[in-house]
Amino acid sequence: MFEILSELSRWAIPAILLVVPLIAVLRGVKVYETFVDGAEAGFATAVKTIPYLVAMLVAISVFRASGAMEVLVEVLSPALNAVGLPAEVLPHAIMRPLSGGAALGIASDIIKTYGPDSFLGRLVSTMQGSCDTTFYVLTLYFGSVGVKKYRYSVISGLVADLTTLAASVFIVQKVFGAGG
Amino acid sequence: MVNYVWLGMIVFGIIVAGARGDIETVTKAALDGANSAVKISIGLIAIITFWLGIMKLAEEAGLVRALAWLVRPAMRFLFPSVPKDHPAMGAMVMNLSANILGLGNAATPMGLIAMRELQKLNQGRDVASDAMCTFLALNTSCVTLIPTTIIGIRVLYGSADPTEIVGPTIMATAFSMAVAVVVDRVLRFFYNSRQQQGR
Repeated sequence: MFEILSELSRWAIPAILLVVPLIAVLRGVKVYETFVDGAEAGFATAVKTIPYLVAMLVAISVFRASGAMEVLVEVLSPALNAVGLPAEVLPHAIMRPLSGGAALGIASDIIKTYGPDSFLGRLVSTMQGSCDTTFYVLTLYFGSVGVKKYRYSVISGLVADLTTLAASVFIVQKVFGAGG
Repeated sequence: MVNYVWLGMIVFGIIVAGARGDIETVTKAALDGANSAVKISIGLIAIITFWLGIMKLAEEAGLVRALAWLVRPAMRFLFPSVPKDHPAMGAMVMNLSANILGLGNAATPMGLIAMRELQKLNQGRDVASDAMCTFLALNTSCVTLIPTTIIGIRVLYGSADPTEIVGPTIMATAFSMAVAVVVDRVLRFFYNSRQQQGR
């Protein structure tokens, strides 16, 4: 199944780039002019996100570089160990909603250290694949339209991340067994 | 909430750095963070511009409306406050489809288009609308059918079966999406009733 999916994803963008303008032409759309017309807002949209991203990434960067994240990991690890989450993946779990790149770094480090086919390797692979960088998405999406008050969005995003974490531990144990 | 998280990360970070006698780190980290934020935004200009152009073509050709029509029942349930023929529906459908296909760099610009349309319905206020919150809940619990990057890393470190985690990933994603939708509805209920009490 994976071969089909990966082939599909390789073709998806070229196919869109081919099919969309073709259909548009057939329906009498002035393709070049319409494309340029739509693309015009691209610059403004990207620039508008700058202050929001700066605010968020400064905080995340300070939090991480100062060692505060390690303190948080240490404080939380007894509680999370009690519910069956291995301490080794905790830095990843905390970093995942904050920074996609950093989380990927931690994930590859765990995979390198324990092996991709170990329980920890499989667990962290699943965790990496199954959720998104909540704070980045919230900041970027809300920032692009100038929304400053996120209401309950941060909470629902984090609850979703926690759920993914718990589901990953449970599913990886069920599918592959806890050993390995 | 975002105010407290933001402040908390900075204050806690500075306290820890100070306690470790390593306060210079904070200055460097802050500027590094700002720097990478600008780099990300500048890097986004190219792909956002490209996808906004393609989106406009798809819209004019009637493709977005066709796709939105296909998944209308689900979208009506998830976003009752968005009129059924509003461009926001189409853009959200495109964003979620791009996520599902693992086209990370196509999903983001389409998400931004969706937000722009939702913001029109929100009449330009700086407070997130119900539909925006639901959309972001779905987005952050993100369905990815093909987690390509992590598969690449597994190949790199000699996994016997690099793609074996695809199944578990889809299951975990599906579960967290379902929870995200429920939590979104529950929090909306509490949030709205609290507001009506005038707090």
